[in-house]
Amino acid sequence: MAAIEMKNIVKEYGDGFKAVNDVSIDVKDGEFMILVGPSGCGKSTLLRMIVGLEDITSGDMVIGGDRVNDKAPRDRNLAMVFQNYALYPHLTVYENIAFPLRLSKQFGEQEIDEKVRKASSILELDDHLERKPGNLSGGQRQRVAMGRAIVRDAQAFLFDEPLSNLDAKLRGQMRTEISRLQRRLGITTVYVTHDQTEAMTLGDRVAVLKRGLLQQLATPRELYEHPVNLFVAGFIGSPPMNFLPATVKGDELELPFGTVTLPKEKAERGRDRGLLIAGIRPEHFDDAQVVDKDKLGAGSTFNATVEVVEWLGNESYAYIPFEAPPEVQAQLEQLEKDLDGESLRTQLVVSLEGASTIKEGDEAEIFVESSKIHLFDPETGDNLTVGL
Amino acid sequence: MRAKLGPSTIIGMIAILVWCLLPVVWIIMLSFKPEAETAAGSPQFLPKDWSWENYQSVLQDDLFQRALINSFGISLIATVLSVMIATLTAYAVARLEFKGKRVVLSIALAIAMFPVVSLVGPLFDMWRAVGLYDTWLGLIIPYMSFTLPLAIWTLTAFFREIPWEMEQAAQVDGATSWQAFRKVIVPLAAPGVFTAAILTFFFAWNDFVFGISLTSTTNARPVPAALAFFVGPDQFNPPTSTLSAAAVVVTIPIIIIVLIFQRKIVAGLTSGAVKG
Repeated sequence: MAAIEMKNIVKEYGDGFKAVNDVSIDVKDGEFMILVGPSGCGKSTLLRMIVGLEDITSGDMVIGGDRVNDKAPRDRNLAMVFQNYALYPHLTVYENIAFPLRLSKQFGEQEIDEKVRKASSILELDDHLERKPGNLSGGQRQRVAMGRAIVRDAQAFLFDEPLSNLDAKLRGQMRTEISRLQRRLGITTVYVTHDQTEAMTLGDRVAVLKRGLLQQLATPRELYEHPVNLFVAGFIGSPPMNFLPATVKGDELELPFGTVTLPKEKAERGRDRGLLIAGIRPEHFDDAQVVDKDKLGAGSTFNATVEVVEWLGNESYAYIPFEAPPEVQAQLEQLEKDLDGESLRTQLVVSLEGASTIKEGDEAEIFVESSKIHLFDPETGDNLTVGL
Repeated sequence: MRAKLGPSTIIGMIAILVWCLLPVVWIIMLSFKPEAETAAGSPQFLPKDWSWENYQSVLQDDLFQRALINSFGISLIATVLSVMIATLTAYAVARLEFKGKRVVLSIALAIAMFPVVSLVGPLFDMWRAVGLYDTWLGLIIPYMSFTLPLAIWTLTAFFREIPWEMEQAAQVDGATSWQAFRKVIVPLAAPGVFTAAILTFFFAWNDFVFGISLTSTTNARPVPAALAFFVGPDQFNPPTSTLSAAAVVVTIPIIIIVLIFQRKIVAGLTSGAVKG
């Protein structure tokens, strides 16, 4: 087990394109680190540079105190689970798991057998040891791939989108399984995913990447509550954060639907800066009719016509369209593109409590928790209210 | 889903089988007839007296034994060398980026398209000059150069099918490039390797033109060429039944090889390697 330090890592291709640009991340011993971002953000490239399948253009990759930039993959002693598992189809499950042990030549037949059986019992593969990968289900193949990783005493585990090939139910189960396994073995882990749910639930810390640049490196809670810019704010959370054109006048925040009173320190940061983008998560809205009386004081209310309501039982989502001025519109479209999405109409997504009776077409009084509002600079995308 | 066989399909299949196999059966029948029976006018289909006499005389024939040894030796060596070189070349072509990759492939294809006959003359002269005439090596070299292109093309296609991740996984698991190649890639490409091997062996085993032009004695003369020199006691009456027996004998190894390797060729390529 070892810590992994990435110092100013750059990956530049022959055509000058920088897939990874000056990224520094330190993964502590035993930590579960997530690399997350939309496709093309360089997360997989970074992982492949850690394991040695991709050359490093510049920067230092330090694993367990050794600089490994020039070491071959086999000399780095890392275990990796590939997106498509990359099991050896001509070998049985047993031989697949034993493969790295046989290559290392330092174990006797009996020792290998012990280790393989231990790994297979952890992953509940005992019944399948003599089968070939071709006869296994997706979840079982996934477990064999993990078996091949845990059977050796690797310095760290690397996962490259391991769950993206599984169906939704199995994905949830395997996610818990991976988390449990990592806690149990206490081994340093770097995990690449494009799924923000996986990032939030699995990671001790999460590194959000966009077009090769590290955006923010923080715990899931911090990413959620204090995103440093528009991109992180839009990427983390489902349904995503709402972005509205806004201007601050005194302590008041002018939104398309009405005016909201901001806490003093937040208002100060956005005062006299012209048009801003306000970010508000859906759950920080609610139906004013069902909000506790004492909570109402901590925010403001406004009236709006609800276009669509999706009722999910414990809560419902209401959609309220609005018009955005062109400056903000352009920025929001760019953001959608960065997030792999498509820019549709500008609309507000509001999460309502299950008890709310608002129906489609209703003119409703909506409550917003003004202390949870973020303000973003529309030019740079920076969060102006970071730390508040 | 299996299509139901209608009567017309069955009739068609029988017709094709008869068309293809009749000459073979005819040869087999001839080989069981005594010498006299084949020489007398137009012989009937089934032998009057079944006899192993022809086989005994062929197998005891010293010239034929020598030819069999030559054929086996030359074909096997040519096959092994050709497949080994082709495997390494194809792997490089499929996996590595290097200058002149297209040139290698085009030249290989160009060689395969050369008519064999046009090379026999120059080769005959060259081999006599360098002392390769009438030796095993003198036949192995042309066989290899004619079978390598096909083997390289076949294997390249197979290697391209194997996902890169297989090798990368092996490397991460602690394998050197050579170990990854030998323990993961070659077993996965086995169907391709066997296909290439069989094609090479057939070419070498069945070749007549090189065999008869580049040899002069039993030193290196392979079976197809040796059969041409098979003369019975009377040179105006070719020993038809003995020749038939010899033809049957040389066909048997080919059939055995096809039967053995057929399963390997049919076996799936990378089923289960990746989620499909």
